[in-house]
Amino acid sequence: MTDAALAGELPFPPRPDYLRAGSTLLSWLATTDHKRIAILYALTITVFFFMGGAAITAVRVELFVPNGWFLTSDTYNRLFSFHGIIMVWFFLVPSIPNTFGNFLLPLMIGAPDVAFPRLNLFSWYLTLVGGIFAVYTLVAGGVDTGWTFYTPFSTMFSNTHVLTAAAAVFVVGFASIATGVNFIATTHMLRAPGMTWFRLPMFVWSIYATSIVMVLSTPVLAISLMLVIAERWLGLPIFDPARGGDPILFQHLFWFYSHPAVYIMVLPAMGVVSEIIPCFARRRLFGYDFMVYAIIAIAGIGFFVWGHHMFVSGQSPYASLIFSFLSFVIAVPSAIKVFNWTASLYRGQISFNSPMIYALGFVGLFTTGGLSGLFLASIPVDVHVTDTYFVVAHFHYIMVGGSVSAFFGALHFWWPKITGKMYPESWAQFAAITMYFGFNMTFLPQFVAGYLGMPRRYHTYPAEFQVYNVMSSAGAAVLAAAYLLPLVYLMWSLFHGARASNNPWGATGLEWTTTSPPPPHNFDLQPLVDRAPYQYHAEGESAGSDAPEVQNARSLR
Amino acid sequence: MSDATALLREPWQRLERQRQAGKFGIWIFLASETLFFGALLLTYAVCRIEHPDAFAAAGRETNIWFGTINTAILLTSSLTMAVASQAAAQKGRVRQLVLACLGATAALGVAFMIVKGFEYKEDIEKHLVPGTGFALSQPSAQLFYGLYWLVTGVHAIHLTIGIALVVRLVLLGAARRIRLRGSPELEVTALYWHLVDVVWIFLYPLIYLPGRAS
Repeated sequence: MTDAALAGELPFPPRPDYLRAGSTLLSWLATTDHKRIAILYALTITVFFFMGGAAITAVRVELFVPNGWFLTSDTYNRLFSFHGIIMVWFFLVPSIPNTFGNFLLPLMIGAPDVAFPRLNLFSWYLTLVGGIFAVYTLVAGGVDTGWTFYTPFSTMFSNTHVLTAAAAVFVVGFASIATGVNFIATTHMLRAPGMTWFRLPMFVWSIYATSIVMVLSTPVLAISLMLVIAERWLGLPIFDPARGGDPILFQHLFWFYSHPAVYIMVLPAMGVVSEIIPCFARRRLFGYDFMVYAIIAIAGIGFFVWGHHMFVSGQSPYASLIFSFLSFVIAVPSAIKVFNWTASLYRGQISFNSPMIYALGFVGLFTTGGLSGLFLASIPVDVHVTDTYFVVAHFHYIMVGGSVSAFFGALHFWWPKITGKMYPESWAQFAAITMYFGFNMTFLPQFVAGYLGMPRRYHTYPAEFQVYNVMSSAGAAVLAAAYLLPLVYLMWSLFHGARASNNPWGATGLEWTTTSPPPPHNFDLQPLVDRAPYQYHAEGESAGSDAPEVQNARSLR
Repeated sequence: MSDATALLREPWQRLERQRQAGKFGIWIFLASETLFFGALLLTYAVCRIEHPDAFAAAGRETNIWFGTINTAILLTSSLTMAVASQAAAQKGRVRQLVLACLGATAALGVAFMIVKGFEYKEDIEKHLVPGTGFALSQPSAQLFYGLYWLVTGVHAIHLTIGIALVVRLVLLGAARRIRLRGSPELEVTALYWHLVDVVWIFLYPLIYLPGRAS
């Protein structure tokens, strides 16, 4: 019996879900439905993910042996640069916000769509234009500056396609800003009746905090790249030391964006994990209020730590001291989140479904990445390991171990809602576990190699580092397999998977109170919210003492 | 009621809420724009602190008349824009006034661009474009002009977008395709226009006044 029938109302006339509401190509390319735009983004970033992955596969093959055997130095430089640019701006930054954020934000707050649906579509087209620039860069011969575009190399010396690469990132930055503006306005203006700020699910908070960072930091990236473009293309001497320019200024502008960008990549992942862990522990989220304060604190303090990327760049020691201190400070709210996720498991009834495996994997890998970040916040250690594989391992633990794990966790958690189909759980668990071990096998040795002094961005290295690189490359093969597996069984599930119910996990969010997949305007009846999220059990009791209570009062009546 | 529904868009159910959201959204965007121009002004500040003499010498080469006339033009355009958006919020028969003020705003924007064009022409003739054959001997004076071309260029692009938005409103309003009274789009366009104006208020002293105080 449906909820509506239980409430004594007449059944609704049959209506198509958002996937079947139109089947022409135009109904997708001109859609303003946030759910369809999310699908468009998902397809786009999947293509970019595998492009960036292919580039790094060649790099790992090259690093199997100490003396380059597979690639020239030039090709090697172009491949890791392409990998970085694609993975940062065309996969990680849009990954969770633009797919799951787009899909779930209106559903979670009980809205029919985002605040500015046409702007949302425009943002996807901007991403596409940026992507075309990026692919053109690759086809035309690539760029060799690394993803950081450091001056004066990028402005005066590099003979590669810096212009189109910078233009690609410049354009996709505006897509970020448009999405950020849209999400902030949506969260403020479109919450369902009763959805007060402190009843918002953590995922909404994380997307909100991320959007603020996107809106306020991305314009500075745009300026830093515009200055590079102006110098290369128009000959304006902004960073040219011979004419009084300051190359270090570029690093300040670049990291003013690119450190907060780390939080653009990881805050949504934190939001995902905060949804998954309570659901599969059947437990209220421990310390919800402090989880909110912590995520806002991370977003805020994240703007004031960029100088820790520049301890060896020629920066005032007093500035370095303050940046070092603030980098330690930001570990506090991050630690609060880790402790609260862990505490949420206490007296829970934990089941190890695939989303939960990804989420628990996230907590471990994020903690490892975060703790190694404290090494880098400490000036003496940072000076020792600057530009070594230690740094590479550190940020991959945060971005790949953290964000990509959470991305796959989200994919498995909300797949039934998005597609209306269930996937084969054993395969999903197998892929999740493989991914965890493949990841650690790839990046744990890099901590050691880096600490022993192996520099990043070189394609030849002393023979003593070979054992770490062979481990790393072997792990990368495992990791690649773990990334390809979901592609196969999720595609299979689209055609052969069992039909998903409205709420297959027994979760409490509003998104689970509509059909799977949802109708074009999300809810047949305007949701009414009369309780906080994560009420998996009665207050003060342990897990399983009571049935979970969804946030939508409509579906309870 | 039919008037209100004509302006109503997905996903909104009430025009008042839609208007609030539009205004809220553009304010968020303006915050982003502030950081955009802020980064440029920071670059200017760093360079000027490192090379005060060259910046003073280069600043004296700018044509203050063009700059001052343009400041007057742009501030006047903000006045006409403010009148247009205030008039559109009134209850009376103000359609002609709103259209006239919007038209004047766009015209003043175009006038600014024309004056700017003459100024650019003069700058090029005086060899104030960084590169070989640059007019001033100090190398870091090129830095000033590099930033000069960049910030005025970016400002001009913003102004061009603003003019296009205002002209769009005039055409749609004159053809009665949209109702200007109470139009959220008019308010949003006005806020954007004022931002472009405020940016110029910062650029004027930074470009035209260095080196002229003594």
